[in-house]
Amino acid sequence: MAKVVVVTSGKGGVGKTTSTAALGAALAVGSNGSPGKNVVVVDFDVGLRNLDLVMGAERRVVYDLVNVVQGDAKLSQALIRDKRVETLSILPASQTRDKDALTPDGVARVIEELRERFDWILCDSPAGIEKGAQLAMYHADEAVVVTNPEVSSVRDSDRIIGLLDSTTAKAKAGETMAKHLLLTRYDPARAARGEMLLTEDVLEILSIPLIGIIPESEEVLRASNLGSPVTLSNPDSAPARAYFDAVRRLQGETLEMQVPSDRKGLLSWLFGRRVA
Amino acid sequence: MSGGGIGGGKGFLSGLFARRGSAPVARDRLQILLAHERAGGSEGQSDLIAKLREEILEVIARHVPIDRDKVQIKLDRGAAMTTLEIDVEVPGLKLGGAAAAKSVSQ
Ligand SMILES: Nc1ncnc2c1ncn2[C@@H]1O[C@H](COP(=O)(O)OP(=O)(O)O)[C@@H](O)[C@H]1O
Ligand SMILES: [Mg+2]
Repeated sequence: MAKVVVVTSGKGGVGKTTSTAALGAALAVGSNGSPGKNVVVVDFDVGLRNLDLVMGAERRVVYDLVNVVQGDAKLSQALIRDKRVETLSILPASQTRDKDALTPDGVARVIEELRERFDWILCDSPAGIEKGAQLAMYHADEAVVVTNPEVSSVRDSDRIIGLLDSTTAKAKAGETMAKHLLLTRYDPARAARGEMLLTEDVLEILSIPLIGIIPESEEVLRASNLGSPVTLSNPDSAPARAYFDAVRRLQGETLEMQVPSDRKGLLSWLFGRRVA
Repeated sequence: MSGGGIGGGKGFLSGLFARRGSAPVARDRLQILLAHERAGGSEGQSDLIAKLREEILEVIARHVPIDRDKVQIKLDRGAAMTTLEIDVEVPGLKLGGAAAAKSVSQ
């Protein structure tokens, strides 16, 4: 059965879009033991679309989510198939400044149709806790709460968790939504110096299960420059490995939690480089 | 978890052997995108695409029945050239089955 997952956070700039792309691509290519799935990543950030850029599809956008919601285009006409991974598609957001362009009924129809076509539907939420963020989470079966180990991000995540438990279709039906914490932009060096909130502390405060710790990495910047999810541009890099693990946990596997690191000895680094 | 030390993992050596940076790719992508977005904005452009689609379909429909929902439009905005592909499923037609129209802009 199809699963709708919202990638949300409250705060902007924490890594929602980066994570939507990386998780979506990782799900679509699969990893040892878990075959690739049919995945669509949906940009709900109307007015400030960016997922198309991070996915490298910006030159190919013809129609967008708003066109489909308003009936100006068929879903099949708006979906853009990824050029690298056949089972990965993107549904872009529009650039319109009209914040009411998305209607709850229209979004419901689109999500229903997406459920018929895909195994996983990842919704990239806009920042904030207003209508846009609430629409993005409304139809979700599960949520990935993206949080940086930093006070304002944790506080915003707490508010988002509150919304997930009160304003969504699941909440209204009296069910609880599964929520997963994804810690991003984690800097091991700063953590060791005691300059960042500890993972344990964030977990205790938010009390939702952890599906991954994504290290701060220059590979993420490189990936976005290239227009490729980091799980495709450099699958062996530390952040990509962390995303692949997160995807396995999202699918129910239990794995030991670790923060992958790119740090290597000089020799292995030199040889690794030669192969790359 | 890994311990402290210098952040990022790659130090000055990686600077020496740096892969050709990704920044030029980023700049090229942005230049292309913004050139298109500024020229009429993305909404103006989708109007043009809609018009082209309607007129092309009209011409085809004059000769063979077509299913409006089975029309795929593909766009690739380039620096020097943009390609617009319109794929139409033409059920009765035995000559291949797809009609493609390419338009070049800029
Ligand atoms: N693990 C990471 N390491 C380094 N930079 C990151 C990481 N995750 C995200 N970023 C950067 O942070 C910025 C915001 O990320 P983005 O995914 O756009 O956040 P959001 O969608 O939550 O606003 C981007 O410049 C992105 O490249
Ligand atoms: Mg974003």
